[in-house]
Parts: sequence; C-alpha cells; structure tokens
Amino acid sequence: MVLTMFGNVSYRNFITTVVEVLLVIALLAPPVKSANPDNGFLAQRENMIRLIEADVRATSAYLTRAALDERVLAALASVPRHEFVPADLVDKAYRNRPLPIGHGQTISQPYIVAIMTDLLELEAGQKVLEIGTGSGYQAAVLAALDTRVWSIEIIEALGKRAGSVLARLGYDGIELRVGDGYYGWAEQAPFDAIIVTAAASHIPPPLVKQLAVGGKMIIPVGSRFSTQELILITRISPEEVVTRQVLPVRFVPLTGSH
Amino acid sequence: MSAAVLAYEVLLMALFSLIQWHHFAYLVVSIALLGFGISGSLLVFTAPYLAGRFRGFATSQACLFALSALLGFLLAQRLSFNPQELIWDHHHWLRLALVILLLTLPFFFAANLIGMALIEFRDRLAQIYAADLLGAGLGALGIIGILFLLSPSQALILVSVLGLGAAAAIWIECRGRAWSALTAFAIATLVLYQLPADWSEPRISPYKELSQTLRIPGTRIIETRSSPLGVLNVVESRNLPLRHAPGLSLNARTEPPPQLGLFINAGGMSAITRYRGKREELAYLDELTSALPYHLQQPDKVLVLGAGGGAELLQAIYHEAGQIDAVEINPQVAELMRGRFAEFSGGIYEHERVSLQLAEARGFLQRGAATYDLIQVPMLDSFASSAGGLHGLNENYLYTIEALQQALSRLEPGGFIALTRWIKLPPRDSLKLFASAIEALKRAGVEDVAQRLILIRGLQTSTLLIKNAAISTAEIEALQAFCKTRAFDKAYYPGMPASQANRYNRLQSDYFYAATQALLGDEREQFLRDYKFNLEPASDDRPFHFHFVKWRTLAELFELRYRGGSALIETGYLTLVITLILSLALSLLLILLPLLLAKRKQASASVRFGKLRVFTYFGALGLGFLLIEISFLQKFILLLHHPLQAAAVVLASFLIAAGFGSAFAQAFTNSLRARRIAAYSILIIIMLGSAYLLLLGPLLQLAGGWPLSARILLSVILIAPLGFCMGIPFPLGLASISIGAPALTPWAWGINGCASVISAVLASLLAIHFGFNLVILIAMTCYLLAALSYPVAVGGQVEAVMLKTAAG
Repeated sequence: MVLTMFGNVSYRNFITTVVEVLLVIALLAPPVKSANPDNGFLAQRENMIRLIEADVRATSAYLTRAALDERVLAALASVPRHEFVPADLVDKAYRNRPLPIGHGQTISQPYIVAIMTDLLELEAGQKVLEIGTGSGYQAAVLAALDTRVWSIEIIEALGKRAGSVLARLGYDGIELRVGDGYYGWAEQAPFDAIIVTAAASHIPPPLVKQLAVGGKMIIPVGSRFSTQELILITRISPEEVVTRQVLPVRFVPLTGSH
Repeated sequence: MSAAVLAYEVLLMALFSLIQWHHFAYLVVSIALLGFGISGSLLVFTAPYLAGRFRGFATSQACLFALSALLGFLLAQRLSFNPQELIWDHHHWLRLALVILLLTLPFFFAANLIGMALIEFRDRLAQIYAADLLGAGLGALGIIGILFLLSPSQALILVSVLGLGAAAAIWIECRGRAWSALTAFAIATLVLYQLPADWSEPRISPYKELSQTLRIPGTRIIETRSSPLGVLNVVESRNLPLRHAPGLSLNARTEPPPQLGLFINAGGMSAITRYRGKREELAYLDELTSALPYHLQQPDKVLVLGAGGGAELLQAIYHEAGQIDAVEINPQVAELMRGRFAEFSGGIYEHERVSLQLAEARGFLQRGAATYDLIQVPMLDSFASSAGGLHGLNENYLYTIEALQQALSRLEPGGFIALTRWIKLPPRDSLKLFASAIEALKRAGVEDVAQRLILIRGLQTSTLLIKNAAISTAEIEALQAFCKTRAFDKAYYPGMPASQANRYNRLQSDYFYAATQALLGDEREQFLRDYKFNLEPASDDRPFHFHFVKWRTLAELFELRYRGGSALIETGYLTLVITLILSLALSLLLILLPLLLAKRKQASASVRFGKLRVFTYFGALGLGFLLIEISFLQKFILLLHHPLQAAAVVLASFLIAAGFGSAFAQAFTNSLRARRIAAYSILIIIMLGSAYLLLLGPLLQLAGGWPLSARILLSVILIAPLGFCMGIPFPLGLASISIGAPALTPWAWGINGCASVISAVLASLLAIHFGFNLVILIAMTCYLLAALSYPVAVGGQVEAVMLKTAAG
C-alpha cells in the first residue's frame, strides 16, 4: 500500500520526506523523560525544601527557634507531594502555595505544613491524631517522622482518595476513618499530638481532653487559601493547658520604638 | 432594550454577590461601560457599511445581546475564577480578565444597537438618547421588583427574553413582517425556558460557607427564599450537629443543641438553634465573649441589632433579660422564623419578652427614642471571609463613629454597647473599632473616655464594651471572674496593669494591650501613623471599617505572601486594584487603539476642531458623571440600607433624570445657545454638588428612620435635579461636533467610555482612601474642566454652519 501510495515518487525523495517528517516530530515532541520518573520531582522537591528553610530562617524569631528541625525537613523531602494533588496540578505540586484538591478543600502550603509539624516537636513512636485528612499529605509527613497517625476525614470521597494514595505509597503507620472529628478518636486517646486542619467555628473542647500531658495540639486558623495564625495548645498538667497564638510570618505591625 | 441592559447590570451584581462576594458588584459597572466603549470605537469603522442596513443589524445585535447575556454569564461562572488565589497564581489574573471580557459581550452588542440607532436617526439624537436613559432607569428599577418574584437565575432568562423581545420589536418597527418576527420570538423564548435548569443555576464558589457546609454528609437545603436582599438558604444536617458557636471558650463543658444553618447569599452562616424552653440547653451561649455584659450587670432592656437565626436573642433569654428588642432587616428571615421554623426555634421571634422590629440596624437607631441597658451588635459575617479580607471594600454604616454615637444616645445611664468581632492577627478589626469608640465618646462630649471601655479577646472573637458611665470596681471584679473561668484575655479595662495582659492565649507580644494603651494615650497619632495597618476610625464619609491596607505596607505584605503572610493581604482590595489595572489596559486597548488606527486613515477629516478640547470635554464628562454616580451609589446605602436596593434606585434616578435632561437639551442642539445651556447646566451641577457636600450627611442621617417608600422618594428628589443637569452637556457637545466635525463623533464616544470605565473603579478606590466628599469634589472639578473646554469649532465655524443650515 505504502509503495503504491508513493508510486510516482522517486525513492530518494521518499527517504528525504521521511527524514524531514522525523525531524519535525523530533522537534515538536516534548523532551524525552529520563529513566527514573521521580527525577524531575526530586529536584523540585529539594528546591522546595531550600525555599522553606530560607523562609523559616526569616521568620524564626516568631517561631522561637532558629531553624526547623532537620527531621521535619527530611520528612518533607521524603514525601512525594505530587502524588497528593489532582492530576492537572501536578506541575504546580512543589510550588510553595496551597492548591485546590476539589470538594472545596485545599492541600496546605508546604511552608505552613513544615511549621505546623515542627511546632508539634514529635518524637519517633509517638501517637498523633489528625482531624481533616484532606489530601493525606500532612498525614504522610507525620508518618515520615516515624509516628503513628490516626486521621479522620468527614468528606468520604476525600478520605477514600487519601487512603488509596497513602496505601499505594506504602505509608502503613496511618489509620484512616471517614466521619466526624469533633470527639476525636477516644479508643486511641490520649495523643502526644493533635493537628486540626479542618477549622470549625470554635475549637472542639473534647479534642483538648484527648491530649496527653506534655502533648501539643495545633490548629491553623484562616481561610482555605491563607493561614492567618496557628493556635498551639500545650497540656501542662491533667487539668491545665497553655495556649499560644503563633503568627506564621515575620511581621511586626508596629515600627519604631515598639 | 436599554431596560434589558440595565436590568442585566443590576442582576449581574446580585448574581456575583451570590456566587462570589459582594465587591464584584462594582466590577459590573466597569464591565458595562467597557462594553459601551468598545462598541463606540468599533462603530467608527463599521458605521459607514451599516448605514441603510439598520433593520438587520439592530435585530441581530438585540438577538446577540439576548444570547450573550445568558451564555456569557454561564461561561464566566464556569471559569472557576477564585479571588482568593489571586495572590498565589497569575493565572487567576487571566481568568479575571476573561470573565470581564465575557461579560462585556452583552453590553457590547447592546451598545452597538443603541449607537447605530443614534447614527441612523441622527435628527432625533437627543430623543433616542433620552429613550435610552429612560429605559435604562426603568430596567434598573424593574429588576428589583422582579427579584422579589423570581430567583436570580430565572431573572437572567427573563432578561434574555426581553432582549429577544426588543429584537422582534425592531424588526416590526422597521417594517419587517410582524408574524415572522413574533413566531421567531415565541420559538426562541420557548427554547430558553426549556433549557435544563442546572445550566442556568448559579455556581456558587466552592469556598463559600454554604458550599463548604453542604459537603458534610447528611446535609441538605430545606428552605430557599430569594429577594433583592439576597438568596436565603436554610440547611439541615441530619447526621452531625452543626455546632455553630463562634468563639466558644476552650473550657466550655456544654455543646450547642441541634441547629439549622442560615445562609444569606451562600455566605455568613448563622444558626437557628433548637429551643424547647429549657434554659440549661442554652448554657453554651454563656461561654462566648459576647456574654460578658450580662455578667457585669443584669440588663433589663436589651436591643439586638441583627437578630438573624436568633442566637443573641437566646443569649438574652438565657441571661433573663426583661425585654428584648430584636432588629432584623430581612423580612424573609422573619417570615421563616415566625413560620416554618417557629416550632424548632421555640418561637423566639414571638417570645413573650421579644419584640421584633423589621428594620435596618442603622435606621432603627436613628428612628426610635427608646433607651436600652444593653445594645448587642453581633457578628454578621463569617470568619473565613473576614480572615480573607473579602470585606475590605464593603461599606458598613454600623461600625462608623456616627453610628456608635447614635447607639450611645440610645443607652440608659450606665448601659452598655457590646460589639463582638472576629479576631484578626496582627490585630486590626477589634482595634479599629476601639479607636472608633474612643472617637464616638469624645464627640459625645465625654471626658473620662478611658474609664468607659472594656476589650476582651478569646481565641477567635473579641468583644468591646462601651459604657454610658464610668466602669465600677465591682464590674472589673466581675470581668476578672468571667475571663478567668473561660480563659479569655483582657486587652483593656480602666486601670489595667500590663501584668494582666496576655495570660491565656499568649501572643508573641500583646499587641492588643499595647495598642489600646497607645490609642488612649498621647502617642495616639504617632501610633496610628506607625501601625502597619490602617486603624483610622471609619466614618459615614469613609464607611470602610473592613479596610486595613496601607499603601506603604502593601509591597511588604506582598513580599511576605509565601512566608506565611498571605492572610495579611486583603483579597477584596487586591481585586479592586487588579480590576483597575485590567480595566485601564482593556479600555485603552479596545477603545482607544481602534480609534488611533482609524485616525490614521482619516487624519485630515477633523482639522477644524481642537482635538484636545474634544478629548478633555468628553473625558471630563465621563469621569465626572461616574464619580458622582458611584459615590452616590455607595453613599445612599446609608439611606436605602442595602447595596442592591441603593444601586437600583440611584442608577434609575440618575439615568431617568439624565434622560429628561438630554430630551430637554434636544431643543437646543441646533441652537446658538447650546454652549450657554451646557455652561449653565454645569454651573448648577457644581452648585448642587457643593450643597450636597454640606447637607447630604445630616440629611441622610435625619431620614434614616423613615419608611422605605419615603426614603426612595427622597433619594429621587435629591438625585433628579443633579441627574437632569448631568444629562445635558453630553448631547449638546456631541451635537456640536457632529455638525462641526462628524469624524470626531466616535472619538467623543470612545473617550467618554474610556473615562467612565476607569472612573467607575477609581471612585471606589478614592472613596476608600479619601472619603466620598473628596470624590464629589474631584467630580465637580471634572465638570468645571468640561465647561472650560466645550468643543466649538475654531473661529465660530459651527455657527457659520448652523446659519447656513438655517438659511438653507
């Protein structure tokens, strides 16, 4: 067939045409991806970590620490964030910004994830409760610190998606549940750390009760696309908690002598 | 046709308030003007080809208007433009530009039609201009009536049908066959009404509270009402309680009873709480910062400004107030609370101790004389939108110095005003309110201001108390106890030592304490200057309580957006600035560029005219008209109490009056007195403007308590003479150049349109920073400039032409 089609074209012309066509295809085609599909993302991820480090250094006075815990940074560097964002946003996965993940929810800005995780001061083997699984990214970062994580998500579709992503990536230390997070996870209480990513009109008092002595709870407050402040609650005795409101940004509202 | 256009404009405002946020309303004015501007400049090329084909052209444009009015909006809302992502992603700038362009289309087609009619029937220019403005006015008013009957999406289809109707009318009027036009119209209308309902359903932003709540399993909308005041939804949650208790103490041992969510325009959830007459079920209401005043005193007469779902009424009932006056602006809320949800809510709207007043809060304060022991001003907005700065541009006449003064005058001796707000960090909202309270007390002649204020803060809310007397030692003791059991912090009370601050919810440094001390002390001015947010008290002239941006810090804030500072930028304000940039770019590109290109072709056509004069005259008129119109639009919210109502009445009055003005001008277009008439009209505009600068404030305050019909009538009376005069200079100038240099006519339209687009956004920006009075001053300067540059042909050639015409 091909030969008959090119029947009245000379052999030489045919070759030239083929070469030309191949050249055009080569020029138009996207660059061939390298053998390891994670390579591109790895570089992006390392770049993201460097950005966060620099930003945190600038904000350190507010966080009462000079730099982030190395282990937190290592955890962030180990979690493939691009697996947790919707397919059409994969190329933006490592930008230092929140991204929409559908259902009116977002995956937090990496910078905020880093700071929240850091403020919890986690040790390996500790128990962490997360209210609002969302994309599952935060849970993965917690698990990467060798903690055991229990996570509750109210939107079923999100919970299932996060569950399958986490399972596929091999995060075994995370237990997921779809349901109401107001009363925490009583069977597993108390927790060394609680992270509430789904803000309500108020902080659920029952959650505070599930905090172990010395344990910390962190709640980002703000809108879906910007975190205004982090509320850090520390239990100092079975009866008492101390609450701090932490600005995640180096910003002094007053200038001059104040 | 004009009716359809203006109806569409007001409707778009309503739709955008629903699917996005209220500040997009002003974007709509710009969009409309942009459409008109583009059309004006394109007609330069096309008018010669279209002459003689009016029937076909006009009919097609009317049909295209109908089509794009519907489809433009439907497509625009599918673009998933998210104002909250503007800081993160420049793609949303593009989307915003696309939204603007899509929505410009219907206005463009409508303007084509009107513009062509003006050219085709040149001899009846002012008459057509008058019909245009009259129709526009009627449309703006009509849509308000329609919104009482139809939901916004149904009204959208109706506007489309109106456009089709106009098309049929044109066909028939221009001696087309009536039956064919009518058949086509009937078929098209039928098709529109057969469209699947979910096509035209407004797509509410997924980040608005209603959308967020509906994600919870077991939730559904059980009641919907719609009026110009907004779309009302009641949401039931069958599986999980909604637990709406903003700012509940961490120490709270109780939970709210079952609740229904009440949403207005899909945002600002408040709760209808189940009440079965058991007081103990309401204990959670005592764990909020807003419960403080009940612990300092046992108030007998309580006023709640904004009853809504009734939480503050229940709070008053829980604290055994004797008599509760509940003010609610939205009759549909009252109807639901007294009707369908009366049983669920324990009939609180008709409780023996509650008396319901259907009124707007500010109007109620102005009207009555009764005095109270406690005036509760609850939060009416949601936290998410407050934190995101989405209200940055909203006028609010309840948090102004004047409003607080009026509230003070309605207090019993020793009574309290309690204002509860969401906390922003670094503090803004609560501190600005504190500053406003100081100013209101000072203006009321109080000397011991520092003795009369209390500010406390929980994790999420703050409550400010203003007392109509000095605060007593016993009250301070009660305050200490109240805060201790609930882990709330004291930010200010008379004689508070620094050691009392920052006890429970610790901040890096207690900005609240430092700021309140500074605001009451000698360093107040210095503090206001140095603070990186704008804490200048809001006034009736600058009623932007939610606006905190200082230009000086904008760059710093933007710089910090990746470093956790994104919440510091007000999205609403950012959108306005970006809109200004976009509309400037688009109007230059689409209005002036084609004209420039056209000019090259016919460079010699207009030698007789000073082009600079034409430019200045029509530019100044465009700026002046819109600056006055927009600032009246915002100012009259004080009188008409709701943005949409104000928009409709103000737009309608201006347009109808300007319509009469230009009909009046018609008589003089061919007269030698044209210039003098224009000058006189501008003189009157400037005189009226100056008078209003002095009188409008007090007048609006005085009339605030009148019934709605009287307030609308007053608005019309105030606006009509101004509008009438504002309608005169444009057609006179246009007639003058159409005789002297017809080639410049499109330029006049284009420049006028361009100036209008910019000034619509500029008016808001200027008002925010400098107040309405200055905007009106600038507008008057524009008119003066116009008067000085009235376009007459050099060397009296127009007169010569006119004499020739008259002689011929």
